[in-house]
Amino acid sequence: MIEGGISVGLDITWAVDWVRRSAQVIADHRVELITLDREIGDGDHGENMDRGFQAVLPKLDDLAAGSTPGDVLKLVATTLISTVGGAAGPLYGTAYLKAAAAAGGAVSLDGTAIAAILTAARDGVVSRGKAESGDKTMIDAWTPAVDAADAAAAAGVDAAGVFAAAADAAEAGAVATEPLVARKGRASYLGERSAGHRDPGAESSALLLRAAADAAAASAGA
Amino acid sequence: MAVPGKVGLLFVSHSAAIATGLVELARQMAPTATLVAAGGTDDGRIGTSFDLVSAGITEADSGSGVVVLCDLGSAILTAETALDFLDDDARARVRIVDAPLVEGGVAAAVAAEAGDPLEVVVAAAESARGAATAASAGAVSSGETADDGANIGAAASGYTRSIRLVNSDGLHARPAAELVKLASTFPQKVTVNGTDAKSLLGIMSLGLTKGAQVDISSRDLSGREAVDALAALAESGFGES
Repeated sequence: MIEGGISVGLDITWAVDWVRRSAQVIADHRVELITLDREIGDGDHGENMDRGFQAVLPKLDDLAAGSTPGDVLKLVATTLISTVGGAAGPLYGTAYLKAAAAAGGAVSLDGTAIAAILTAARDGVVSRGKAESGDKTMIDAWTPAVDAADAAAAAGVDAAGVFAAAADAAEAGAVATEPLVARKGRASYLGERSAGHRDPGAESSALLLRAAADAAAASAGA
Repeated sequence: MAVPGKVGLLFVSHSAAIATGLVELARQMAPTATLVAAGGTDDGRIGTSFDLVSAGITEADSGSGVVVLCDLGSAILTAETALDFLDDDARARVRIVDAPLVEGGVAAAVAAEAGDPLEVVVAAAESARGAATAASAGAVSSGETADDGANIGAAASGYTRSIRLVNSDGLHARPAAELVKLASTFPQKVTVNGTDAKSLLGIMSLGLTKGAQVDISSRDLSGREAVDALAALAESGFGES
């Protein structure tokens, strides 16, 4: 959406592009996610996430005219909940559902709105999974991302910049899960042996936020 | 179909075989209870299915409540997410119980079979927590537990019948359930070898084999009728030989 020649926010075009890029990046990293999950979990994360996002793609074509970014987020939520199968289904499903609620009926989302959406998504994952920072879960990517997004939004950075900050922080957070001992999820059964491996949920979270940032950058450049 | 007036049970597992196997196992002691399996993904893989769990809750719900038991983490997450999508009335009568799936499922099934209300079925499932120390797992009843010393004293001043177990397979799941069901029809507290007779897991964990001595006791004479009834059931071999 262009207003006075300046990109002021992220709209439905961005949201749909984000989902397509998400599906692509998850497919590209499917084997990597499976490998990470096989090391400390049940080995199905890459396959489950790929199935979930591939199931979203055809539904994008059925979006009604006048749909909002919130509608897209809700579509992703319900599809992931029904198709993913592992813990990632309810966790990501809840994240997208809470994000959709935070987006409301807004046609365009500015930096402050993006920070609010990311906060709602993270809070949804926390309430569903009961994990805390340092438990070696996707929260360890999400919480730094939310903190970075809040700081960027408070500094007046635009929506694309907020997502870029969030993606950078999520990637660093995912890497930082490597030495941690898992306290939640299937990896917690491994105890100390879970240290030395990156958490697959934190990794997929970072991938999805990077896809959002890339879509936002493309949208801002358009 | 859900049995009207009775609590339904939903078993959520990553494995379809575990969920249906548990229905089969619990069915032995709860032949008419509503027991629903929601195991595996929609297409039969290992995992949990939001759609199967949602449909299972609906199937198990007669209006008297549903107790949901889950195995590993994401089964609980899926069940909780399914609850979020229910309307408020339906959600209010569904309980996800934190208890071992098999032991809790069997204990809850016996309570549901007996027509116990929702909170009692929940307590029966929860009694399976720490089933290794099942002598104190009598959450279904008063929760009052006699230690061994007190029990001997109670037996001396109360009423005790001692019999020998005649069942060839010992006090296995089905006769144990029969005993618990009968004990639950009496308001008095009765113990079997010091364990609450209303606690299925407690009774099963006694591991009584054929020929074992079974002391059925009440602290006082008000429990005499209950003790006699349980003794008669045990002496009859629980309908087995």
